[in-house]
Amino acid sequence: MSATLATVSYIGATILFILSLGGLSNPESSRRGNLYGMIGMTIAVLATVFGPQVTATGYAWIVGAMVVGGSIGLYAARVVKMTQMPELVALMHSLVGLAAMLVGFANYIDPAAAGMFQGAEKTIHEMEIYLGILIGAVTFSGSVIAFGKLSANISGKPMLLPGRHWLNLAGLLVVIWFAWRFINTHTVADGMIPLIVMTVIALLFGIHMVMAIGGADMPVVVSMLNSYSGWAAAATGFMLNNDLLIVTGALVGSSGAILSYIMCRAMNRHFIAVIAGGFGTEGGTPAAAGGGAQPAGEVAPILAAETAELLREARNVIIVPGYGMAVAQAQHTVYEITKHLRDKGVNVRFGIHPVAGRMPGHMNVLLAEARVPYDIVFEMDELNEDFPDTDVAMVIGANDIVNPAAQDDPTSPIAGMPVLEVWKARTSIVMKRSMASGYAGVDNPLFYKENNRMLFGDAKKMLDEVLAALKA
Amino acid sequence: MSQVIGVPSETAAGEKRVATVPEAVEKLIKLGFKVAVQSGAGDAANFSDDVYRAAGAEIADTAAKLWAASDIVFKVRAPTAEEIGLMREGGTLVCFIWPAQNPDLLKQLAAKKATVLAMDSVPRISRAQKLDALSSMANIAGYRAVIEAAHHFGRFFTGQITAAGKVPPAKVFVIGAGVAGLAAIGTAAGLGAIVRANDTRPEVGDQVKSMGGEFVTVDYQEEGTGVGGYAKVMSEGFLKAQAEVFAKQAKEVDIIITTALIPGKPAPKLITADMVKSMKPGSVIVDMAAEQGGNCELTEPHQVAVKHGVTLIGYSDLPSRLSKQSSTLYATNLFRLAEELCKTKDGIINVNMEDEVIRGTTVVKEGSITWPPPAPKLSATPPAATKPAAAAPAAKKGHGHGKTGAPASAKSMTIMFALAAVLFWFIGANAPAAFLNHFTVFVLACFVGYMVVWNVTPALHTPLMSVTNAISSIIAIGALVQVAPPLAAAAGVERPEVWILGLAVVGVALTSINMFGGFAVTQRMLQMFRK
Repeated sequence: MSATLATVSYIGATILFILSLGGLSNPESSRRGNLYGMIGMTIAVLATVFGPQVTATGYAWIVGAMVVGGSIGLYAARVVKMTQMPELVALMHSLVGLAAMLVGFANYIDPAAAGMFQGAEKTIHEMEIYLGILIGAVTFSGSVIAFGKLSANISGKPMLLPGRHWLNLAGLLVVIWFAWRFINTHTVADGMIPLIVMTVIALLFGIHMVMAIGGADMPVVVSMLNSYSGWAAAATGFMLNNDLLIVTGALVGSSGAILSYIMCRAMNRHFIAVIAGGFGTEGGTPAAAGGGAQPAGEVAPILAAETAELLREARNVIIVPGYGMAVAQAQHTVYEITKHLRDKGVNVRFGIHPVAGRMPGHMNVLLAEARVPYDIVFEMDELNEDFPDTDVAMVIGANDIVNPAAQDDPTSPIAGMPVLEVWKARTSIVMKRSMASGYAGVDNPLFYKENNRMLFGDAKKMLDEVLAALKA
Repeated sequence: MSQVIGVPSETAAGEKRVATVPEAVEKLIKLGFKVAVQSGAGDAANFSDDVYRAAGAEIADTAAKLWAASDIVFKVRAPTAEEIGLMREGGTLVCFIWPAQNPDLLKQLAAKKATVLAMDSVPRISRAQKLDALSSMANIAGYRAVIEAAHHFGRFFTGQITAAGKVPPAKVFVIGAGVAGLAAIGTAAGLGAIVRANDTRPEVGDQVKSMGGEFVTVDYQEEGTGVGGYAKVMSEGFLKAQAEVFAKQAKEVDIIITTALIPGKPAPKLITADMVKSMKPGSVIVDMAAEQGGNCELTEPHQVAVKHGVTLIGYSDLPSRLSKQSSTLYATNLFRLAEELCKTKDGIINVNMEDEVIRGTTVVKEGSITWPPPAPKLSATPPAATKPAAAAPAAKKGHGHGKTGAPASAKSMTIMFALAAVLFWFIGANAPAAFLNHFTVFVLACFVGYMVVWNVTPALHTPLMSVTNAISSIIAIGALVQVAPPLAAAAGVERPEVWILGLAVVGVALTSINMFGGFAVTQRMLQMFRK
């Protein structure tokens, strides 16, 4: 395959990738979107392998590596539970980061690659290597920590080192200093030291950055790492003079950046504040409900049988799922209940907060897995006005996203965050293990409202009981 | 020694209610009280002496005997001078008093060293809802108002298409969406009418809708919520705008039900004579504020009048016209008050002035007038507290978050453009042409990504991430080209083959995990999304 033919193939692949992202704009075209992505990827890989830059001696290696990697990937994709999607995605981001690092190093030690450049071009090329490895390393270590946090191997609480902003700044200065040193070296061996020092700092920075971010901010982090993995690919593209990599990297990078932005907006927080980490640390200690009125009053518990009674008599029901539903794997029971009620003519809908769960769209995927039709699953903005007409609002394992303090209490750490107004429903039922506060560490006045009932216990177990009572 | 609760017959003309019902008598006795009922007190509400006796009450022959025997008297209407004369020195009286309108009555009761609890002065807080007799009476009045209107209105309420022709639905306009107004809305909507309603308090709009009505707003900015969730007097500009809305409605609707009351003030005149003239002949106006002077200029209190072809109903005894229902609810309200007064359940009341509810209800305490009470600490919906809270986040949103609020300010836009210009100039001045080609592609691709991704529905965010993740394994190409490149002739230096091959092969393997896994898992997820 000639060089021009390879280039044309790359253009085709680029178009397919753009179509792929565009296809995801609604559920009907989404499967085709994914198919476009696969075709694009196949074309890109084949064009590269049979293109002028790969000789026949490498075929065996390439096939071997791809078979090994591909089978691991397919196996993982098949066995992963839908509740574990955030972990899987974080882990995959780390692989992209690691690959970007490896490619960067390989490119640097290859004299054939560096030999072509002179003067300013050489400097730029070296900067590209340096940046590519930097972003790759941050993505890699950050994603590994995010994976640890999501799979609960590492505590979800933000870890805040003293003077962390200064630490980050110092790290940045050192990285810049070594970048200057790196550009002014002449042999590969000399350049290796600044490169390795920078890599270590970048890895530490990635760890530090994600460690400082609280569990509730995880959707932002996951989409941010998604963005980084794109930028890493783009930087690699610059390094290799490969437009396909640049375009695809930029697509992924900006897509991740937009997702992060949407997530931040859903929490009414600034991107910088999330990245700087430590929820609520600027305003006061996370545990205190912001000095404002502590919610007072009594919580009214309710039994599963009574819940079933309320649901049976309701005409409009809105279910608000949260991370607790994912943890308890309760989505299938939720679907059973929904089906039962819908057969009885009850209008059951789902209200999804943009940051419910641990990654963007997490709840939608779980409900889809449980075969809940997507046309009864609504965004927060679509049904928030309907709560006054709702008989029962059922909150399953969610807390901060239904906290009225976000609207009522200007001193609350989550003040101004858009929330689902379940308390406006005739009755709201909150399913929870205990009275503990959510990830934001803020007490929830909803629990003390007169029209609120608490159904304590494991979400799955309780919902099973509700279902049994409904069928009885 | 337990105290005796006495229930006399109502003396006011046309008053059919009674202050207790047999069911409540049983409950009061369980609280430890003795109950005495005047003979014939419940007749008008269909409760005979026998059923009271069966419930455990003693029957007193005359009012004089009853008043003399009672420590506590439960009544509906405020006592007459004659009744006050019968009252025991230092006794307790519970009934409607309207202290603002009846200062003399308070003085007379105070002279008797009495303790008086006014059922119209129960504070409007959540805890006191169960003894809020005003609400329970207003609810009945609202229902009855619609029934009275239906009685005088010559047509069906509901629209029908019959063999004998089409019947248009009646249009009802309710002014004031308090308890009575809401009850009227619900009743009229239940009968099939088209119901519109107006209130000076904008927050009741949702309640109107929930009862099946349509909320008609007055296009004028003024908050109409006064202390305690009641309405307040509005400004002149507002009244003018309001009058225009009412005049327009008067021409369109068949029935107007007015319930507008402001505590302690004469009822506002909302329906002018001209508006009545503009109504269709046969229309009905029910003026539920007739007793306080009426919301309509032409209303004649306590009776039905026909003027300009419009029937004006000015009954002030709507709850009494549903005597059994209103007596039952009122009796329950009184029983709940007795519960609050007698927490020890030993049949002795304790008028605890520390208790917010009892403090507010008590208008005379052992001969000294305690009305008006201090301002209520909590309102049912504290508007002052929620307002700034709602405003603050809205104001915050305006900055920075471009999509929701106003676009970023001109100043920050200028700074951004300036920064971008400097950056581009720097790159243009220093970078070689080859780099600029790539750079162009890069910047444009960022914009394409931006445009494409904004359209993605939030429900698909997770699949989007996993597909972009799969696509980012395009980095495999970087590794592929290093596995076995055609060796450049110019390479003078020794090439560390093994290292490069090792790194590249590991890179290919890692990205393959991503590539295959990413697409496969996305496919798996997307297959689950179904209608």
